[in-house]
Amino acid sequence: MNTNEMIRVEKLNKFFGDLHVLKDIDLKVNESDVVVLVGASGSGKSTLLRCLNFLEIKNDGKIIIDGEQVEKETHDLNKIRERVGMVFQHFNLFPHKTVIENVIEAPTQVKGIAKSKAIQEGKELLDKVGLGDKYDVYPSTLSGGQKQRVAIARALAMKPDVMLFDEPTSALDPELVGEVLATMKELAEEGMTMVVVTHEMGFAREVGDWVVYMHDGKIVEYGHPSELFDNPKEERTKAFLSSIL
Amino acid sequence: MSHLIEVFIDTYDLFLNGLWITLKLSAASLFIAFFIGLFFAILKISNIKILEWIADAYIWLVRGTPLIVQIFVLYYGLVEIVLIPMFWAGAAGLAFHSGAYIAEIIRGAIQSIDKGQMEAGRSLGMTTGKTMKRIILPQAFRRAVPSLGNQFIIGIKDSSLVSFIGLQEIFGVASSGGSNNFDYLTYYFIAAIYYLVIVLALTLIVNYIENRMAKSD
Repeated sequence: MNTNEMIRVEKLNKFFGDLHVLKDIDLKVNESDVVVLVGASGSGKSTLLRCLNFLEIKNDGKIIIDGEQVEKETHDLNKIRERVGMVFQHFNLFPHKTVIENVIEAPTQVKGIAKSKAIQEGKELLDKVGLGDKYDVYPSTLSGGQKQRVAIARALAMKPDVMLFDEPTSALDPELVGEVLATMKELAEEGMTMVVVTHEMGFAREVGDWVVYMHDGKIVEYGHPSELFDNPKEERTKAFLSSIL
Repeated sequence: MSHLIEVFIDTYDLFLNGLWITLKLSAASLFIAFFIGLFFAILKISNIKILEWIADAYIWLVRGTPLIVQIFVLYYGLVEIVLIPMFWAGAAGLAFHSGAYIAEIIRGAIQSIDKGQMEAGRSLGMTTGKTMKRIILPQAFRRAVPSLGNQFIIGIKDSSLVSFIGLQEIFGVASSGGSNNFDYLTYYFIAAIYYLVIVLALTLIVNYIENRMAKSD
């Protein structure tokens, strides 16, 4: 088992105006780990995720990516984001571009990869997520589950070191959740480092290496899925688990 | 009616000259106005206070004064500084005017694009500028086509006002023809027909573009 540290967060604090949304967060994500963030809405888990690729800028604390402490003043955040892929709740595909154009946009525009090579790699990724017959259609013709799988392929096209998932199945019809979770599970099995915000406890238990329970901007409990789900130590965690299971 | 047709046929070449000037004037001024509009739209969404104020001041100036005043001030002001052909003085005045309205149309269209689009671009490592150019603006322009088409139609009709600085476009031709022959109604009626035809053609073009875009969506 590889134990390279991929992400380390120390004493992270984030405010929205007067609202203190992240309070002294400490978090460690090793290479190939799947860390699942759970908690009620408003607990700060999405904000934490968005701080990790600097879509939100922290107010205080340290974020260390692959051994390097990243600050917006000293680092080109675009370079960091190339290595930290993100999948959004609402997919955020580019509606004016076809599926394959969505996938090759960043590799060709950011990394300067030749279009023919990007298309070839993009098609392989789309084949992998089960959309080999959808290269040239526009996103509006796809189902929600298909859109999210395109979004995963689009993020993977940048060959990121870490993938962040922000409630990737929350906007999907129930019957479409499974296909997206299956794609994510496959990715985890290939050794991708993943941080996942989700309400899918079955996924957290089965695929997660670590589960983090957040409440009111703080990490309440942290552990392996079996410990946290079957033997929660904190009263808060027990209350949360009994409310959702 | 037969008199109208007679005059229409007799003045054919005069009005075609005027039509040609109207078309050149509209094309030049709206082309420039588009880039003025894009420029000020980007200032307005820049989130930099001083740039927003500059854009606000420009829009306030244009909306707060009549076009005819703008044309006269620009024309007499510009000829004080540089020797500028009447055509370009007129085109500059019209572009200065339409630019403000186009700026507001483009700003509105940009702001109507879901914030997630910018976030998606940024999360892939693209810069704000590149995401704006490749992701946001292409979608915003599609959304702006109907309003831009409408503004272009207004621009074509407004170009009639530059006849007051002496340009012989459609309205100018009608004015001189009407007074020379003491037959105002007929000449202005003919001018109206020419404008209607231009606007009809532009409407059909805009509809065609809208339909084509609807298909690719």
